[in-house]
Amino acid sequence: MDVTRLIIVAVGGQGNLLASRVLGEAARRSQVPVRMSEIHGMAQRGGVVESALVFGDAQSPIISDGEADILVGFEPAESLRALKKCNADTTVIINTAALQPFTAAIGKGVYPDLDDIQRLIASKCARLISLDAAALARKAGNVLSVNMVLLGALSATNLIPLNEQSLKDAIGAVTRQAFAETNLKAFELGRKAATA
Amino acid sequence: MHKLLQDNAGETLMLLGNEAIARGAVEAGLAFAATYPGTPSSEISANFFQMAKQSDLYFEYSTNEKVALEVTAAAANSGVRSMCIMKHVGMNVAADAMMTLAYVGVKAGLVILCADDPYMFSSQNEQDNRYYGKLSGLPILEPSSVDEVRQIMPYAFELSETLQEPVIVRTTTRINHSTGPVLLGEIIPPKTKGNFVKDPFHLVTVPAVSRNLHVRLLKRLDQAEVLSCESKYNFIHGKGPWGIVVNGVSYNYVADAVRDLGIEDQTRIFRVGFSHPMPGEKLKAFLQGCEKVLVVEEGEPYMEETIRALAQEAGLILPIGGKAPQLFSRLFEYDPAMVREKIAAWFDVALEPAVPLDLSDVPEIPQRPPNLCAGCSHRATFYAVNKATEGMATVKPNDIGCYTLGFMPPLSAGDFLICMGSSVGTGCGFSQVLDDKVISYIGDSTFFHSGIPGLINAVFNNHDMTLVILDNHTTAMTGHQPHPGVDMSNLGQEGYGRVSIESLVKGIGVPHVSVIRPYNVKKSVAALKEAIAFEGVSVVIAQQDCVLQARSLKKETGRPFRVDPQKCANHRNCINDLACPAFYMENDRVCIDASICTGCSVCAQVCPENAIVPVKEKK
Ligand code: SF4
Ligand code: SF4
Repeated sequence: MDVTRLIIVAVGGQGNLLASRVLGEAARRSQVPVRMSEIHGMAQRGGVVESALVFGDAQSPIISDGEADILVGFEPAESLRALKKCNADTTVIINTAALQPFTAAIGKGVYPDLDDIQRLIASKCARLISLDAAALARKAGNVLSVNMVLLGALSATNLIPLNEQSLKDAIGAVTRQAFAETNLKAFELGRKAATA
Repeated sequence: MHKLLQDNAGETLMLLGNEAIARGAVEAGLAFAATYPGTPSSEISANFFQMAKQSDLYFEYSTNEKVALEVTAAAANSGVRSMCIMKHVGMNVAADAMMTLAYVGVKAGLVILCADDPYMFSSQNEQDNRYYGKLSGLPILEPSSVDEVRQIMPYAFELSETLQEPVIVRTTTRINHSTGPVLLGEIIPPKTKGNFVKDPFHLVTVPAVSRNLHVRLLKRLDQAEVLSCESKYNFIHGKGPWGIVVNGVSYNYVADAVRDLGIEDQTRIFRVGFSHPMPGEKLKAFLQGCEKVLVVEEGEPYMEETIRALAQEAGLILPIGGKAPQLFSRLFEYDPAMVREKIAAWFDVALEPAVPLDLSDVPEIPQRPPNLCAGCSHRATFYAVNKATEGMATVKPNDIGCYTLGFMPPLSAGDFLICMGSSVGTGCGFSQVLDDKVISYIGDSTFFHSGIPGLINAVFNNHDMTLVILDNHTTAMTGHQPHPGVDMSNLGQEGYGRVSIESLVKGIGVPHVSVIRPYNVKKSVAALKEAIAFEGVSVVIAQQDCVLQARSLKKETGRPFRVDPQKCANHRNCINDLACPAFYMENDRVCIDASICTGCSVCAQVCPENAIVPVKEKK
């Protein structure tokens, strides 16, 4: 089976690891080979959390620079920072809702302009899908469902070897029951936004 | 029931490496486990802690790794399968017990799980603990994947019983924190009751006994080498004149690279999974068939040294590559592209590397370093110390925990740090040779782990220093594990004792002890001033729950605060001196993000204009 490499970057607390768990569970249910790894550690306290998912016949659980087929960025500036993982064929999905790092608040560095971020990514990679996942999550009924919106968008690209239904089933199995409905709604909204 | 306790052999689950380790141990009939928490190993113990409530497993958080190894050594010498879990630097603490335990050996299986951290994702160094196998004479097993680590655990217990020695299972972060499908095996019911047979001439290591035990250990090592050669975890696949010897996670990168480069027909791979003792005879036979060999191992040239020696013994002259300026580094982690590139270079194969993007026009992106949480009481304590020492020349040794993050400006709470407990010992040294006032910081869990001996030293030698114990009632950095000072009833747990830090410190004989509530800034600064002015040893215990844990236990935290723009004079003391991450700038004015603010009220006390007020405050 062909190898598909997916990088997810987020800020601690955005639900990146839960999104990875959903993808992993969907892969298990669909009998798609998958290996995942995550970097957090000290970064849990408001730092960057990166996960790598490798689908198909490869053994390595991590992704080298330039080798991601897809990048899903939960935060625009972090997506830009992760661009070194991408190449000219990479599809990038970003959430346009910015989270200013504290360093910017205290005047150490300037948060890049949102339009510049999108222009730069679009000019270097094969495809850029941007959506305001925070707004869509709110619309679905839970601000914390940003991760599910982005999973929906990812699913709409048809780039990962997992179908829509298996992802929905995995959301039901992995996320908390009380949020299942809003999570699925968020997933739908993300799918629609990415196909629009 | 806990998902790792379910009797569902044959099923496949998606597991984190650390969960797979826990499951493998349970399948092996593990009955007794102990640890001191340390990333990347923490989730193994977190799972045991939960499982212990639902099964016959005994599990404890010990005060440090040496104690953890001592309790498990006793259990294993009473015939109970045991496991001791630690991160790589923890093995330095356990080493004193481990070196002689290797002489004494065990009756039932004892596995020492040691998680190394190449690249130091969450550690102070990246030591390669395979050398501990050489140093102690204990066998080492090194899995390459999440599924394999589950499998290797029962094997490790059996090996331990065959050799009657503890066995080290060494992982790296990329095993501990990877997730993959794991095929579950049968669970052997644990044997929880032990039986200790007195045998002082083998178990009490006075010199006359140890002389015999060392002889026995070397015999067991010879036996272990035979087992290493036979072990299914030291396997060879492929054939051809090019040899690659590889261990651990790098095996995956090598396997992918050999396929990507299309050199499967020319290459034979020796995967070393039983790495101490190295499988000498098997490796010699492997080398005989190779024209050229490359050793791929993160960290130190542990295998490479052995392989060069084996080639010499076998009278073989062939190029052996490994660590070299143009090849592999002793630094950091490896990755698939890098391994592919080095293999191509060494065997002279054409390589089409991925074309990297030109990122020269990407603007500089502000850093996002980890930070103390909004409302973290450590920030308040550091702020209070800074206020109390304004204009004073100070040196502030810090220690291992969340509070280490305070070393960055503006708090600048940390001038020196080497290991757990070092803030106290190094504080003693600094105070002796410097005129500056020494204020050492240590967390509550770390204080129990290894701060106490340093404090005893300070009292005995009458060093002039202040120790601030940052007591947030948990081990926060590794994920909120308990320690001997925790009131376990708060966590819904029964049957535990509790050690009061205050009584303990007084018991040691510290002449000046005070307790502060860091959220009360004024009182804290006053108490700190007094403690710092005291000549001799003073201890200040700053007590306040970790706000992250308080939130997860659904304890009441305060109402969020806001900045009243009418009153704010925009001098930014709050942001410049306190730097709570809930602050942000909007139109050049300081604002507070109400969704992040925990309502600790410290900034309100810092603001000289009283411009920081609770949200929805009555007018
Ligand atoms: S986890 Fe607790 S101790 Fe650690 S930074 Fe956050 S509030 Fe502070
Ligand atoms: S009250 Fe002030 S210092 Fe405390 S969490 Fe809120 S903004 Fe931060």
